[in-house]
Amino acid sequence: MGEEILRVENLHVSVEGTPILNGMNLVIHRGEIHVIMGRNGAGKSTLASVVMGHPAYEITQGSIHYMGTDLQEMDVFERARAGMFLSFQYPAVIPGVKVGTFLKKSVQAVRNEEVKGREFRKELNEAMASLEMQKSVTNRYVNDGFSGGEKKRLEILQMLLLKPHLALLDETDSGLDIDALRIVSRGINAIAPNAGCLIITHYQRLLDHVKPHFVHVMIDGAIVQSGGPELAHKLESEGYEWLDAPKEA
Amino acid sequence: MSDDAREAVGDYQYGFHDPENATIRFDKGLSEQVVRDISELKNEPEWMTELRVKAYHHFMEREMPDWGNCGQLNGIDFDNVTYFLRSSNATERNWDDVPEDIKNTFDRLGIPEAEQKWLGGVTAQYESEAVYHSIREDLEAQGVLFLDMDSGLREHPEIVKKYFGTVVPHSDNKFSALNTAVWSGGSFIYVPKGVHVEMPVQAYFRINAKNMGQFERTLIIADEGSSIHYVEGCTAPTYSTDSLHSAVVELIAMKDAKIRYSTIQNWSANVYNLVTKRGVAHEGATVEWVDGNIGSKLTMKYPAVLLKGEGAHAEIISVAYAGAGQHQDAGAKVHHLAPNTTSNILSKSISKNGGRSSYRGMLQVTPKAHGCRSKIVCDALLLDSESRSDTYPTMEVGNSTADLEHEASVSKVSGDQLFYLMSRGFTEEEAMGLIVNGFFEPFTRELPMEYAVELNKLLELEMEGSIG
Repeated sequence: MGEEILRVENLHVSVEGTPILNGMNLVIHRGEIHVIMGRNGAGKSTLASVVMGHPAYEITQGSIHYMGTDLQEMDVFERARAGMFLSFQYPAVIPGVKVGTFLKKSVQAVRNEEVKGREFRKELNEAMASLEMQKSVTNRYVNDGFSGGEKKRLEILQMLLLKPHLALLDETDSGLDIDALRIVSRGINAIAPNAGCLIITHYQRLLDHVKPHFVHVMIDGAIVQSGGPELAHKLESEGYEWLDAPKEA
Repeated sequence: MSDDAREAVGDYQYGFHDPENATIRFDKGLSEQVVRDISELKNEPEWMTELRVKAYHHFMEREMPDWGNCGQLNGIDFDNVTYFLRSSNATERNWDDVPEDIKNTFDRLGIPEAEQKWLGGVTAQYESEAVYHSIREDLEAQGVLFLDMDSGLREHPEIVKKYFGTVVPHSDNKFSALNTAVWSGGSFIYVPKGVHVEMPVQAYFRINAKNMGQFERTLIIADEGSSIHYVEGCTAPTYSTDSLHSAVVELIAMKDAKIRYSTIQNWSANVYNLVTKRGVAHEGATVEWVDGNIGSKLTMKYPAVLLKGEGAHAEIISVAYAGAGQHQDAGAKVHHLAPNTTSNILSKSISKNGGRSSYRGMLQVTPKAHGCRSKIVCDALLLDSESRSDTYPTMEVGNSTADLEHEASVSKVSGDQLFYLMSRGFTEEEAMGLIVNGFFEPFTRELPMEYAVELNKLLELEMEGSIG
């Protein structure tokens, strides 16, 4: 078992007074791939955002530790520089900022060192080739006019360049065709052995390409069931109803 | 703010100044005698003296504008302005001959370095007159005249007399009258028929004396089928009292000629920047204004194009950045006076820390101007809720065949954008800097590379200390 990367303990989170996470617990070690599944509104994306430090979410109880450090006092950019990465479900459009410029500056910020143009170009070209991306993407503006699949590929490209210790992937597989899914999975598999991975998804099909160690089911802001890959298959065929707490009639 | 950015920009833009080294300095305030003295000191021909005097009287009689930011405008104390100051005795050509303290200033502006790559010729306005002026030999060989305006008048009086004041008459507005009365420095360029000046030619301007008015006058004539790109950069150190900058720029593009005039002005927050810029485009000609306004207390500037000949084209791309206590009242004017003329206007503004930016536009299509097309796009970005943006578009369309488009938008930086960028390792300030640079990108990409880099660095600096 690798070192502990993420520890979420009894986490309660609200947004504008509404509770979303209600006692979430999760521990991820280096080299582990965790998958979280669950219905819309179960709090999956909230978990990813709050771990990354989104200011809209208020932690009312519990804690998040990253590599032994309490994240409470860490700003979003400090988390990124410490090796945390979130692949967004809906990446923001930054008009007028070229992908190439953005990537280089981001890599410099996270690595906290000057990156030489030629070396970076080489690294970038290799990463883009592995994701079957066209070089011309670097001259486009960040996510501006990108298709859903292009956005996701750019997210994975950033992950490859930033080499995080913790990769949070929020519905990275949504809206991808079969080829794109295969390519994106390749990116995840390249990072996974040396990182803790948390993949949020609705679909079992991603798991044909990425082999998780743990599958968790979230309902109403907490994990209600954990298991191995077979759990994902069961959810795919049977849905979530069997997990619902019996309602009083 | 990264160190390389600071290194690239230096600390000049907000405050250093060299000791004033004025050889001749007039007392403050304006009178007919001051105007005559300026003219006499320059050994000007009589017609110019008389034009100055006529303009002076027009200035005195003309009311202040009753539109725009009148409160700010009325704060100008014309009696507390020095109308002429000469810091170096002669216009010099060789860098080695430029006085040391002046050179220091230019070093910090990065001129010598810039020159190597980009300059077709340099004329750097230091206080009132150009002290350094070089023309590349290939320009001279092509017959291109590139001089400071004073030398232009001296050496080519027939050309100057023919065109001076024909695009912006002294009576155009109160500040064009003032400029005509007391102008000093600026550039004079004549491009002969069919000559294409491949490299951008450029001049740096700055105000470096307390209460020093700067009234440069620029006249560019591109003869038939010729083309030129002129670049002007402005910076000013900060002073506690107000400075007045009131320039006039006249562009004349003859048949099938093309003139692009690019400016970045970065005035310190006490400067009134009241500039009249206008170009005429004859048949098939193109006039392009690329105009960036940063800083100043109040800027009023509306680059204009008169589309006088059939098929002429105007392009006006401008950005404005208004910080605390600043009002950028900028825009564009296009007059479609001939058939099948076209124009594109793109205006982008950013307001921050209570700053205000206004777009003031005029689009005119005269009855005989058939088949004209114009597209106007105005985008404003507000960085906080205290800041302000407004739009004052005016359209006078006298011909029903005109095809006009006008789009306007006001936006704010979204929390999603900030979170996204911060999750990629950028501080909030750096994230804002990226968003702002991106917003201005359609403008920045039109600039020569080094200006684009400098503008981006400046904007990043502007974001420093702006958060929280």
